[in-house]
Amino acid sequence: MNASSPDGPLISLSGVTRTYPVGGSHVHALDGVDLTVRAGEYLSIMGPSGSGKSTLLHVIGLLDRPDTGRYLLDGRDTGTLPDREQAALRLHHIGFVFQFFHLIPRLTAAENVALPLELAGVDAAGAAARVHQALAELGLEDRAGHRPDQLSGGQRQRVAIARATIMQPGILLADEPTGNLDRHSGAEVVELLEELNGRGIALLVVTHDPVIGERARRRIRVEDGTIVSDNGAGS
Amino acid sequence: MKTRRQARFALRAVTASRLRSALMLLALAIGVAAVVVLTALGEGARRYVGGEFSALGTNLVIVLPGATETTGGPPPIMGVTPRDLTVQDAIALSHSRAVERVAPVAVGIAPVSRGSREREVMVLGTTHDMLSVRHLTMAAGRFLPPGDPERGDPVAVVGDTIRRELFAGKNPVGEWVRLGDRRFRVIGLLADTGRSMGTDLDQVVVIPVSQAQALFGTPGLFRVILQARGRDRVEMAKADAMRIIAERHEGEADVTVITQDAILATFDRIFTALTATVGGIAAISLIVAGILVMNVMLVAVAQRTPEVGLLKALGATPRRVRLLFLWEAALLSLAGAACGLALGYLGVAAIGQFYPGFPVAVPPWAAGAAVAVSGTAGLAFGVWPASRAARLDPVASLERR
Repeated sequence: MNASSPDGPLISLSGVTRTYPVGGSHVHALDGVDLTVRAGEYLSIMGPSGSGKSTLLHVIGLLDRPDTGRYLLDGRDTGTLPDREQAALRLHHIGFVFQFFHLIPRLTAAENVALPLELAGVDAAGAAARVHQALAELGLEDRAGHRPDQLSGGQRQRVAIARATIMQPGILLADEPTGNLDRHSGAEVVELLEELNGRGIALLVVTHDPVIGERARRRIRVEDGTIVSDNGAGS
Repeated sequence: MKTRRQARFALRAVTASRLRSALMLLALAIGVAAVVVLTALGEGARRYVGGEFSALGTNLVIVLPGATETTGGPPPIMGVTPRDLTVQDAIALSHSRAVERVAPVAVGIAPVSRGSREREVMVLGTTHDMLSVRHLTMAAGRFLPPGDPERGDPVAVVGDTIRRELFAGKNPVGEWVRLGDRRFRVIGLLADTGRSMGTDLDQVVVIPVSQAQALFGTPGLFRVILQARGRDRVEMAKADAMRIIAERHEGEADVTVITQDAILATFDRIFTALTATVGGIAAISLIVAGILVMNVMLVAVAQRTPEVGLLKALGATPRRVRLLFLWEAALLSLAGAACGLALGYLGVAAIGQFYPGFPVAVPPWAAGAAVAVSGTAGLAFGVWPASRAARLDPVASLERR
């Protein structure tokens, strides 16, 4: 991300709450979260099921709006932005990697990777070149014309990572990226994500797996919607 | 996303769910084909009637006894009997400069017999001019001879059915038949023309009008058919007819004069209205098809909810998501309309093959209207599902698997 304020935080949450109505009562998925993330940081977010770690990731990814509190993305207050501008921020500054890959089954690997470029209106020739390069970097050039059901789980997740990074975002959000992979493929995917982080992209990984969580330089633990531990807070 | 890419993306989505798309296509195609075929039948009926009327003759003016105009006041107790329209009236009508030919017509039913064979037939009493006025053609012999309409020899011209039933298919010219208690010599055989405006000319016996009046014992004519000297003289002939009859009937024009054009125009209006009605009824099937489009699109949105969530996560605006689904509806509607047109024209061609005499034809407005209605229905019923997709919450959508 071309940070407009190089010294300021990339992500800044303060007093963020998010409640969901569940069966007549309200569940605090996030309850007064303060979090600051700088450009290029590597964070793991861990916690038990229902602790709010996924909601935290969704709020950071602008898929969910906080009920109260402030979220500054690269210095911009996102709370007042209309849907259209939030969509533009997601397109250009945020990449998502999901547990279940979320590739569109009827499109080839190359077409799946090209989706953000098409949304951004990049011309076909330029898009094709970028997709080819991205797939080549991940060793998937011979899989470009394959549909997702013709790919292994690890390959699918690598295609999804190519799609998440094709717009060269400053933030990569991964929600249980290895949750649906065997140990070997999972390790490959984590190495790939860490390699991308090494090139300067901020990486936030939500995971159950302590082995993966421990790899991050900064580890955050979320319980009952609040951050209970953060080994890099204020650093 | 550029328009072409949106269309391609939608096309991929449409072709990915083949059965669903095929069903939707079928529904729209049947609707469009129904509009095309039904309006083509209506148009064919209109042309058929128009053709029949033209075959009756050209620039005809028909004089009927009795005025149809309504008069005020209470109805007369005894009822008003109009004066008969007579052969003398017909002769007087021929004096108009606008009139080229006059054919008086007397009609009745009488038994016709030859030897032991007998049947009831329609007897048409008329004159020589009837041949050209009604565009009749002869298969053998000749038509009634020209001459004084008030005198006529006992001669008859018969239709083809009479030939088959009374003469066992042999040439009847020169033979004798009995009509009621009179004997007539057959001098001609009408060509097999089939039905013409409800009168089956194959089943009639044509005799001189004076003989018919004697046979039925009445001087009154069924009608007088005038042929004007040209299309521009039709109105003049009509006015002259009213004037001449009024002069002859003590100042009262107690006849009804109708022109062929007026009848044709009336039928034309009736059949055009009929065609529009039938087309409208068929269009209802298009609305039904449109509702099916909506149903199918709603299923598509439900099935592809995670995809919508993904597109939103990738940065698609609600507007873009809506457009993608509208593109799908539009593509399906267009394809359905195209299939329907092909199906409809095929059906019309098939009808034309099986009934070569029926001038079935698709009115140009109907094809256009069918496509417009199906396109509008497809799009209109696609709006709601597309908006639903656009409003989906990305987090909840992504979690649906």
